[in-house]
Amino acid sequence: MIKDSYDVVVAGAGPGGSSVSKTLAELGFSVLMVEKRQEIGAPKRCGEGLTMNTVDIIGEIPQECIRQKIDGATLYAPNGNHVLVDLGAEGGYIVERKAFDKWLAVRASRAGATVVAHAEVTDVIKEGSQVTGVRILVGGGEEKTVRAKVVVAADGVESTVSRKAGLNTTNKLVNVDSGYQYEMSNLKLETSKRIILYFGNDIAPRGYLWIFPKGPDIANVGIGTAMSEKPAKWYLDKFIKDHPEIFGQSSIIEANSGGIPVGGFLENMVLDGFLVVGDAAHQVNPIHGGGMKEATIAGEMAAKVIAKAIEKGDVSASVLSEYNEMWWKERGSKLKKVEKLREVVEKLSDSDFNMISESLTSDVAIGLTRGGKMYSLAKILMKNPRLVKLARHLI
Amino acid sequence: MAWKIDNEKCLRCGACVSVCPELALELKETGIVHDAKKCTLCGICEKVCPVRAIEVKK
Ligand SMILES: Cc1cc2nc3c(=O)[nH]c(=O)nc-3n(C[C@H](O)[C@H](O)[C@H](O)COP(=O)(O)OP(=O)(O)OC[C@H]3O[C@@H](n4cnc5c(N)ncnc54)[C@H](O)[C@@H]3O)c2cc1C
Ligand code: SF4
Ligand code: SF4
Repeated sequence: MIKDSYDVVVAGAGPGGSSVSKTLAELGFSVLMVEKRQEIGAPKRCGEGLTMNTVDIIGEIPQECIRQKIDGATLYAPNGNHVLVDLGAEGGYIVERKAFDKWLAVRASRAGATVVAHAEVTDVIKEGSQVTGVRILVGGGEEKTVRAKVVVAADGVESTVSRKAGLNTTNKLVNVDSGYQYEMSNLKLETSKRIILYFGNDIAPRGYLWIFPKGPDIANVGIGTAMSEKPAKWYLDKFIKDHPEIFGQSSIIEANSGGIPVGGFLENMVLDGFLVVGDAAHQVNPIHGGGMKEATIAGEMAAKVIAKAIEKGDVSASVLSEYNEMWWKERGSKLKKVEKLREVVEKLSDSDFNMISESLTSDVAIGLTRGGKMYSLAKILMKNPRLVKLARHLI
Repeated sequence: MAWKIDNEKCLRCGACVSVCPELALELKETGIVHDAKKCTLCGICEKVCPVRAIEVKK
């Protein structure tokens, strides 16, 4: 099934890998996408939330991948004060990653890419500085050398493929959220149309806790924390115990953990004949940890640059670096602002959160997650003299 | 001096792999594989693990 050479080999079949593969296959290039796990999309490492504008990029998502339409969010401050964020017509979906990731891979295959699950990129082959192929362990048995004009690392948070190729993508501890999540059933939810986020240093140190409904009484209940004293799981278990009004009769139908890169964007994401996309390149929104959309956008950008480079007959880093420029212009510059916001939010005390919840409006909350409205938040912070310095960091 | 993993606790998420500065960890089908020759016992992997499945003693 796997041939000896392709135009492009893609390591990892998440949203990033499928995006690169589909786009390149549509342009007529030969593409091999390998996924080391036995099943694409499972087990998930994700809260499964997608904003609606992701549809503009991915295209219409089939009904069998969508679990719940979302039209708002409730943000809880530590004192229980809450802000209702109206996402209106725009809103979002909670998807089923197992179905969603498979659908993306199926689309790539229908476009002409060869997709192989249970096949792992174990090493990267280089001739001098030029990446010329990979070693692939197929079905846990035979190891095979496959040549490629360009190798794409879309291997998610682990990001070993880039590091083996000589591009340092190691995450700094301060830039990784430790994520832990249960999918739970028989919950008592007020509504399934709104996601709920809880903030506070005792609830989720330097992060937040979420409830993403997948139906009237089913939800992903998860947490992301950073540099916390206790492990992420400990905080989630405590929260569940402390809220019998939601979880009193609930059951756990799946347990997931994961690391979320929430900062430390890479200036350079290319080598000669090599490029990295998605979580592997830390392309995640630092404030909410959403990465499906970012991986998809970056995947398309990467594919277009690779197509041009192959047609030109020059896949050197200097040509592929157009991808760096495109990504930084379109996404990096915005996400860098969101990273600053995160640095500020991480320093807030519980009473700061309570104070902000008094004045935060829906459109400011939405704007902030997109790298805007920084001035509005700064103005709220400046009400407290102690926070003036922090507020300046935003503007 | 030791690096230890509790394979019952580990959920095979790869968070530890992403922060290891020495690339001493890899996520395989059987779970996390640790290369003692590369490991400096820095302890970063222990801190990031969402379930504290890893224990590092200097
Ligand atoms: C707890 C948690 C909650 C999250 N919630 C959300 C959310 O609600 N919304 C959102 O948008 N994002 C969320 N994210 C982030 C999101 O899951 C990722 O950003 C997204 O999956 C990134 O896509 P990707 O294609 O880059 O990587 P992945 O989806 O991780 O795909 C990478 C794939 O590569 C495979 N792979 C790894 N190494 C190799 C190898 N050597 N050879 C072959 N294959 C390999 C992996 O097995 C994996 O399947 C969350 C993350 C976590 C941990
Ligand atoms: S971070 Fe913890 S749970 Fe995740 S793979 Fe590493 S040891 Fe296992
Ligand atoms: S202790 Fe440090 S070097 Fe050793 S495996 Fe963990 S992160 Fe890597």
